[in-house]
Amino acid sequence: MTGIRIKSRISKVLTLVSTAAFLAACSQDGDGVGVRDPHEDANRRTHNFNLAVDKAILQPASNAYGRGLSRETRQGVGRVASNFALPGRVVNNLLQLDLEGATRNSFRFLINSTLGFGGIGDPAGNDFGLEEETTDFGETLYKWGFGEGRYVELPLVGPSTERHTVGRVVDLFTNPLGYALDSPENLLSPTATGLSRIGDRYEYASTINALLYESEDSYAQARNLYLQNRRFELGIEVTEEEVDEIDALFEELYGE
Amino acid sequence: MNSSKMTRRGFTAGLMAATSALALLPTASFALNARQASALVTQVVDEINAIINSGQSERRMLRRFEGLFQQYANTTVIALRCLGADARSASDSQRRAFVAAFEGYIARKYGRRFREFIGGRIDVEDSRPVKSWFEVRTNTQLQGSAPFRVDFLVKEAGGRNLFFDMVIEGISLTRVEREEIGAMLDSRGGDLDRLIADLRNAG
Repeated sequence: MTGIRIKSRISKVLTLVSTAAFLAACSQDGDGVGVRDPHEDANRRTHNFNLAVDKAILQPASNAYGRGLSRETRQGVGRVASNFALPGRVVNNLLQLDLEGATRNSFRFLINSTLGFGGIGDPAGNDFGLEEETTDFGETLYKWGFGEGRYVELPLVGPSTERHTVGRVVDLFTNPLGYALDSPENLLSPTATGLSRIGDRYEYASTINALLYESEDSYAQARNLYLQNRRFELGIEVTEEEVDEIDALFEELYGE
Repeated sequence: MNSSKMTRRGFTAGLMAATSALALLPTASFALNARQASALVTQVVDEINAIINSGQSERRMLRRFEGLFQQYANTTVIALRCLGADARSASDSQRRAFVAAFEGYIARKYGRRFREFIGGRIDVEDSRPVKSWFEVRTNTQLQGSAPFRVDFLVKEAGGRNLFFDMVIEGISLTRVEREEIGAMLDSRGGDLDRLIADLRNAG
């Protein structure tokens, strides 16, 4: 029984991976430079929906959560969520042939799950110098040479690219914990992740409010911030175009 | 067969030696500047740390931050890069007026946010040449959040070392403000004079 279940899950993952490969292969040109957003109108509609959800649900929920629990407790929940995510990160480390990352994340998971009481504490980071090293299947696709694809704003999730979106979907299946845990323990991870998101909305409220409600064009600014940060995470360097622009301006002003 | 292998190996070794010699040259001449760049950012960071832990009133702190920005940042470069292509079609007096209005706008907008730095600390980590400038990495630790990376991009300008961009986890202040200024200009039908007038009160 169990064998069959695992097999069918594996085949599901394989189907997803091949879908990912297909999708990403479709959109390899113009990678990591500028903004490719041919579906801007549809994305803007999603953005307005997300703003409405933020106002009506996320913000009030985050305020209640933030005021109800101490910062220490909220941080504990956030650490539990990250700890749950670690086995999935190890899988991605391995898929990227990053053995060092896989080892560090594995030890981090082992230490924090035991000495850190299921990830509530962070002895791995505090005492063993094993800081969290995040990665995801979107990064794996990048390392495998797949293009970034078009920009897309996803309902509820927010800014993304096609490659990152495929990665997010595949990552629903890359975490071995999802297969190891039975009901209701398998609800712990999504619950902690959800709460952690609500906690972040509270913790970074002034930054997020400034972006969503004070910028001249919050859609364009969210896209801009997301693309910059995502490319930075993937290790994409500054573009030649920008270097030329900077050099030209200095030349003009100071005549180097 | 053997000799050709030797030659290839010799060639490779020679190439490697040449490359490392070449690599040494810029490193040697950059060394002083990298130190200077790092020194500049250390100075900025020391002052920021002193201000945020001074326990002064918020208004007083905000003032000091404004002064800090004027002293160490290349606001002309930041402002003109944010204006982008529109800077080229602007007249000299428009450019000057824009830079002046932008300085106030940026100081007010980000000065307010420095409240979040209270109780935190910033440490300079290292400095390295990137393209035609220096990137000075700092590690910022704020209360209640994981440490994050802030890079200062430093370049000599008219005999002074100034930072011309600040990059937080890959997000460049200039790129953010370029998007913002571009959107503001669009919503004013491309009227630069109107934008300048509005910037004087914005932020």
